[in-house]
Amino acid sequence: MNYKTKEKIYEKILLTSAFVSVITIILIGGFVFKEGAPLIAKVGLVKFLFGTQWFPTSGEYGIFPMILGTFAVTLVALAMGVPLGVSTAIFLAEFAPPKVTRVVRPAVELLAGIPSVVYGLFGMVIVNDIIMYVERTYLAGILKPEYQRGYSILSASIILAIMILPTVINISEDAIRSVPNEYKEASLALGATEWQTIYKVLLPAASSGIVAAVVLGMGRAIGETMAVIMVAGNTVAVPDSIFAPVRTLTGNIAIEMGYASGDHVRALFATGIVLFVIIMVLNSVATFIAKKGVSRS
Amino acid sequence: MADFLLYFKKIGGLIGMSSKIKVNNLYLYYGDFCALNNVNMDIQPNQVTALIGPSGCGKSTFLRTLNRMNDLIDICKIVGEVIIDGENILDPEMDVVQLRKRVCMVFQRPNPFPMTVYDNVAYGPRIHGMKEKSKLDEIVEKSLKASALWGEVKDRLKKPALGLSGGQQQRLCIARLLAIEPEVLLMDEPTSALDPISTLKIEELMEELKQKYTIIIVTHNMQQAARVSDYTGFFLTGDMVEFDVTENIFTKPCDKRTEDYITGRFG
Ligand SMILES: Nc1ncnc2c1ncn2[C@@H]1O[C@H](COP(=O)(O)OP(=O)(O)OP(=O)(O)O)[C@@H](O)[C@H]1O
Ligand SMILES: [Mg+2]
Repeated sequence: MNYKTKEKIYEKILLTSAFVSVITIILIGGFVFKEGAPLIAKVGLVKFLFGTQWFPTSGEYGIFPMILGTFAVTLVALAMGVPLGVSTAIFLAEFAPPKVTRVVRPAVELLAGIPSVVYGLFGMVIVNDIIMYVERTYLAGILKPEYQRGYSILSASIILAIMILPTVINISEDAIRSVPNEYKEASLALGATEWQTIYKVLLPAASSGIVAAVVLGMGRAIGETMAVIMVAGNTVAVPDSIFAPVRTLTGNIAIEMGYASGDHVRALFATGIVLFVIIMVLNSVATFIAKKGVSRS
Repeated sequence: MADFLLYFKKIGGLIGMSSKIKVNNLYLYYGDFCALNNVNMDIQPNQVTALIGPSGCGKSTFLRTLNRMNDLIDICKIVGEVIIDGENILDPEMDVVQLRKRVCMVFQRPNPFPMTVYDNVAYGPRIHGMKEKSKLDEIVEKSLKASALWGEVKDRLKKPALGLSGGQQQRLCIARLLAIEPEVLLMDEPTSALDPISTLKIEELMEELKQKYTIIIVTHNMQQAARVSDYTGFFLTGDMVEFDVTENIFTKPCDKRTEDYITGRFG
């Protein structure tokens, strides 16, 4: 065989591999849409998305509480995880002596490797207990009794915040490290303090990377199922407090798929479509922002 | 006659009559490597001092010592004295933030921030606490005029600085320094990345600026050193071989090695 044929073969193999993922995504997407779309058509898109009643046995399919639940849990998780993650990234990129880095970095990697069900256990046993204690001791007069069991948006968010830390830390740290050293030197040479240099020059220059980190962390939080089921309480109701138990879109599918049949199954697939669309939008946003960052520098 | 008087004054400077910066027995080590070996020199106010020498001889290192930018390098150790206006700036008690406001640096590669032209110039005053919009406007205009850039950018103050040409970016970096009204300008090969016309503009600018500032410039270009500087120091592997009035260095150097270098026989 001469080298040209060999090259051709390698190229074909690589091309095929690349197409496996494309075909898979099309298959999954197509399948979910095929199963779920008829139900959305039957119920009506608006009623499906904004209906607040979810009674599959009597044919009521409104997933609005779950959409809200997903976003509430995700946003609160971001509000906690992003500041913590970005601060850690700044510390690792700018201040940490090698000794400290040697401890922090493996810890962060380990965090990424822990199975989500273990996070769930930790949440159920430790986080929920603490929150329940707070609810019963300090907030008993204010909160409804259902809101005093520990299962809540807050506990799910705390667990998710920890789970998105590795994503946020690693990507933000890369972004901060890739800011040219010249900017930093220029700023220090003008008599700026280290801290002024970080928040006036480094962070703005790394902002597209940091935003991408946040969006990817958000994707992770929206998609997380197991850990959230274990701590969120899974009540289908429009949440009105951070202590309210909620059900998320992913949780809804995982909990009910085992025993669903008929239209109920299709409704769960339709829930999948909504998730699919949300994740797709997020990914495009991340890609767009990352591209913008590249073309600027 | 006037020339003679000027020359006389310059010679006076050499024996430390009115130095802005006095460097005494300065040694600098990167780990075990000795990058500056007993450097002594007196730098005069409102004059241009050029530093020349082959690559790796320690010119940038010396320059970075004068505003303590070497503090950023962990393995760097410094012994000796650098006295600016009577104060030893190598003193660990020295406030480096205040020092860098007075002793500013232009880098070899133009390095404007990825912000607008305006924000680049306003950066220094802002971090030093200036908030008033009208004052900032005034400073930005004044600094850009002083760096001979105003005419070219006055209509694009709100455009990104990275869109300017290399030469314009370098003058913007100079404007950025002038905005904080320093006393000493350190320039590390400020024109090595620029075309001849931009280079000429910066050289003319230095002529202007020395009325108000003390300038130290590192350059690999002998003609440039001869054109713009009043004093010249020749470095060789960490030693300062010769330091004299520029005319002397280029017409009657005392040291054989200086002569070899400026006539291009090595380096
Ligand atoms: N951060 C550093 N760590 C270790 N050694 C360094 C460091 N910076 C410079 N050096 C060494 O110190 C010596 C002087 O370097 P310096 O950059 O001051 O030279 P230079 O005269 O400015 O050269 P050039 O003309 O090429 O810019 C060189 O041998 C260099 O390798
Ligand atoms: Mg250099």
